[in-house]
Amino acid sequence: MIPALETIGLKKSFGALPVANDINFRLAPGARHALIGPNGAGKTTFINLITGRLEPSAGEIKLGGAEITRLSQSGRVKRGLGRTFQINTLFKGLSVLENVTMAVSERHGAGGDMFRFAGSRRDLVEEAYDLLERLRLGNDALLPVKELPYGKQRLVEIAIALGLRPSVLLLDEPAAGVPSAETEIILNVIENLPGDIAVLIIEHDMDLVFRFAKKITVLVQGAVLVEGTPAEIAADARVREVYLGEHSHG
Amino acid sequence: MIFKRPSSSDSAPSDSAVEQMVRSHRLRPLELLPWIVVVGAYFVFPEYLPLGSQILIMILFAISLDLILGYAGIITLGHSALFGVGAYAAGIYALHVTGEPLSGLVVAAVAAGIVGFVSGLVILRTHGLTLLMLTLAITFLIAELANKAGFITGGADGLQGIAMQEIFGQFRFDMFGRTAYVYSAVVLFLVWLFARLLVHSPFGRSLTGIRENVTRMHAIGTPVRKRLVTVYTISAMLAGLAGGLLTHTTQFVGLSVLSFERSGEIVIMLILGGIGRLYGAFVGAAVYMIAQDELAKADPVFWYFWIGLLLVLIVMFARGGILGLVDQALRLVRRKP
Repeated sequence: MIPALETIGLKKSFGALPVANDINFRLAPGARHALIGPNGAGKTTFINLITGRLEPSAGEIKLGGAEITRLSQSGRVKRGLGRTFQINTLFKGLSVLENVTMAVSERHGAGGDMFRFAGSRRDLVEEAYDLLERLRLGNDALLPVKELPYGKQRLVEIAIALGLRPSVLLLDEPAAGVPSAETEIILNVIENLPGDIAVLIIEHDMDLVFRFAKKITVLVQGAVLVEGTPAEIAADARVREVYLGEHSHG
Repeated sequence: MIFKRPSSSDSAPSDSAVEQMVRSHRLRPLELLPWIVVVGAYFVFPEYLPLGSQILIMILFAISLDLILGYAGIITLGHSALFGVGAYAAGIYALHVTGEPLSGLVVAAVAAGIVGFVSGLVILRTHGLTLLMLTLAITFLIAELANKAGFITGGADGLQGIAMQEIFGQFRFDMFGRTAYVYSAVVLFLVWLFARLLVHSPFGRSLTGIRENVTRMHAIGTPVRKRLVTVYTISAMLAGLAGGLLTHTTQFVGLSVLSFERSGEIVIMLILGGIGRLYGAFVGAAVYMIAQDELAKADPVFWYFWIGLLLVLIVMFARGGILGLVDQALRLVRRKP
């Protein structure tokens, strides 16, 4: 089976400091996969390499079997790679509906249209609104994003990414900064993501990881330490030492 | 269906949000107010028509700046370079090819558009202070070129002896400035129609997206640099059009069209009126030009003091400019029954 996303010998160094060291990684179609690792393990660098914000020093990245290593960020998105950000990266002054419509328009290739009013593409606005309703954001559609509570802003992050109808979705700490009372809403949304999307979640919260993931990759110092099912990872002595140790003994 | 619906449906199907967004570009009656003023001024202030034409031209110039500064968030202090290229192109064309005005406008817009496109390719790779410095540097380069290339630009003496033909072979530029005023008003009206369409188009909305959060725009697959170069070129063409109009209505081009002061002035006008709202250009340019005219009568040097003071107040207390203040006032009135 062709992996939805694959990296082969992916390397990146900042000067003499290697931040991604020969990473071989496979994300199966429809996967529920988590990437964990201590602070500074290179998780965000890995995401930035995959999305094209950073250029690798060596190695290959494949999306659905096709090489995308030298493709621009927008080119990768057009091929089905969607992402959310650890820190909200939204159009704060625009309405929730407009935030999502922006993504939907780009996916339909309508984002560059000059000679028609945006409102004349009712289909795009409706598609965006539909998506909001499914995330229970319908009532907030006309509010500027900056007026939403943080938890709902995290949902808008996900809504924008879903507006791209990605085949691979990278969730960078989707529950980061959300008060614990609201995390359940986000977990719910993540659990109900469409089954045909391959999801890679980068997360610190172990409860969330073990509840969501069918497979876990542990990254330490820019390299894959171990990969396995949640049960295998929980039982792995090396993982306990570098990562879970602080939890199990704390 | 791309998303499993949660088991309990909590929101009643309501299309009001969609409805509202789909209608957001519809013309509001208030948007016609500037045009009532433009037409009214022609009849009420016939002795001020030359000033009126200048104001209309500055409004056009300010609209061109608003597209890149207000919508796309490109901070520039070099917009006079594009205005000046348009002015000189129109002048040189009128002197050496033909005094026919409409083709002259096309020449002005295309010349400025080419300069905008080429310089945009280079400078839009950068951001912030670097970008600002590059826009300044390009203005200095072009101004100095115009100064040195006296054989074609007239150097410090400017381009003299421009004689414009009748518009459509019918309307002669008269000494009262009537034709010039109507000519400028019609061109401005067409530009306004176009700019209004542009800012409400998906393209225009994506510019706002780039201003609001460029990282996110990359992440939703927007070819950001292509959009920026495109709008920079469009803006340059409109600035060139404004420059061409100035040449046609004054029948003279001097080095001041390329000056740094003019770049600064147009930014001030736009901030004064309110950036990123299209109509700030109308209000800002009119207030600035009329204030300049009135205050300069009393003291031709000291009036800058008042403009400076006004700018300080606006920037500190009314970031949305004059139109931002009007918005706030309207909101207060509506809240009180």
